[in-house]
Amino acid sequence: MNHIKNVIVGFWRLLQGMYISMLNFLRPKVTERYPENRGKKIYFERFRGMLVMPHNAKNEHKCTACGICQMNCPNGTIKVVSKQEMNEDTGKPSRVLDVYYYDLGTCIYCALCTQTCPQKAIEWNNNFEHAVFERAALVKKLNKDGSRLEPKPAVPKPAATPAGAPAPAETADSAPTPLSATTV
Amino acid sequence: MSLAGLDITAPFHFGTVTQWFDSWLNSVMPHFWALTIEFILAGVLLLASYAVFALVMIYMERKICGFFQCRLGPDRVGKWGIFQVFADMLKILLKELVTINRADKMLFRLSIFFVILASLCTFAAIPFDKGLQAVDFNMGVFYLLAVSSLGVIGILTAGWASDSKYTMIGAMRSGAQLISYELSAGLALLSIVILSGTMQLSEIVEQQADLWFIFKGHVPAVIAFFIYVIAGHAETNRGPFDLPEAESELTAGYHTEYSGIKFGLFYVAEYVNLFIIAAIASTMFLGGWQPFHIPGWDAFNGIMDYIPPALWFTGKTLACVFLALWVRWSFPRLRIDQLLGLEWKILMPLALINIVLMSLVVLW
Repeated sequence: MNHIKNVIVGFWRLLQGMYISMLNFLRPKVTERYPENRGKKIYFERFRGMLVMPHNAKNEHKCTACGICQMNCPNGTIKVVSKQEMNEDTGKPSRVLDVYYYDLGTCIYCALCTQTCPQKAIEWNNNFEHAVFERAALVKKLNKDGSRLEPKPAVPKPAATPAGAPAPAETADSAPTPLSATTV
Repeated sequence: MSLAGLDITAPFHFGTVTQWFDSWLNSVMPHFWALTIEFILAGVLLLASYAVFALVMIYMERKICGFFQCRLGPDRVGKWGIFQVFADMLKILLKELVTINRADKMLFRLSIFFVILASLCTFAAIPFDKGLQAVDFNMGVFYLLAVSSLGVIGILTAGWASDSKYTMIGAMRSGAQLISYELSAGLALLSIVILSGTMQLSEIVEQQADLWFIFKGHVPAVIAFFIYVIAGHAETNRGPFDLPEAESELTAGYHTEYSGIKFGLFYVAEYVNLFIIAAIASTMFLGGWQPFHIPGWDAFNGIMDYIPPALWFTGKTLACVFLALWVRWSFPRLRIDQLLGLEWKILMPLALINIVLMSLVVLW
């Protein structure tokens, strides 16, 4: 009798298993259709595809050519070449970025460069299509041609101009509202 | 070989076409030449449809397996990947045939043909439509069982001739499994033979015109259907019963040493066997090419008659194939002792009891 009961219970369990696999059959499929979804798919934010230097609309970057990223890079992937240039505002010669070399062939994607950059001038993007036909093409130049250092936003000195007086009060008023809006 | 002309009033059957063709051939040439041409045509058609069904099965398998694993399956070659199987077929034809140094050369080559011939002979007996059946005589079921079990010889010789321990173990397991499950599959079919009173496949299908045997035979027919499906899955070396080619233990079982198209023929035979098992299940239990009829519901039956019989047959068979794939992706593989225990302790006694039950049902 126990034997027959076992057979029936076993059969019932098998049907339960088939129900579960049918649920899987009907689930939306997870296959990435790669060449079709190229550029449309946003991978997760922390994915380290390739090092880039963001430029704003006026072709300005934030890199001050301090070379901290180059010093932190464990295997010499980054090479920061700087040059001396006359600063028009102050009239003194200052060090600016000439070329920022980044070698994809040796990069291990440790992200020490982006973590230590004091200006947040370099960051990772989602691009993973690195394949090229020769090794020389793996060495990328990150700063665009003719780009220059983004000027620091002028910090308004207190009571420097009469018109600047309401400005801090305005920010003090407006600052808590978005904060509260997000927290509540 | 009657001389009936094309009858347009009756529902369309391929049988009318073949009969018309036969009478036309006989009118223009001597009987001997007409027969020769018909034999050649039937053979070519069988081989062609064998290959086509193998391709369809492989495509279906890959697509449905993908869906069960939340993938899309092949979808690069052609729309929905329909040309993937053709590409694979061309690839396997161009592959190198590795010769094994210490293999038994003759048996090594011969075993493929045993396997493929067994499944081809079984394939020939399937009634696709009224009159669309190459082998049809009064011992049809017996012929099916006899011919389909010839494949075991091929598997055993393949395992023996390759001179490798994987193939040897795989072949021995396969032999034990196939011979055991042949019993309960045969007994399950036997209960339908008791119900119908004939062994001729076309006659069995004809008898299901009003109601399919799975409904007509009450409980014993349902039990026989389940026994046949389980035993059939085991006979095709698939699903939870794929012990002969357990990848994790035996690399590929009995066909480990085969390469190129030699392996391809084993592969094709395996897939067509899947189709054949499904086709026999649909012929014996689900009415073959007969439309779904309910006695008394004449309007409903009339609507069902509009669907061509060949389509009914293919639909039922593919549904059975889908069931096989569903089972395959649901259950874990059995151990060899569990496998044989299932057959000899559960299925066989059940099938024997079922035969007695079926006899009682037929008597009353």
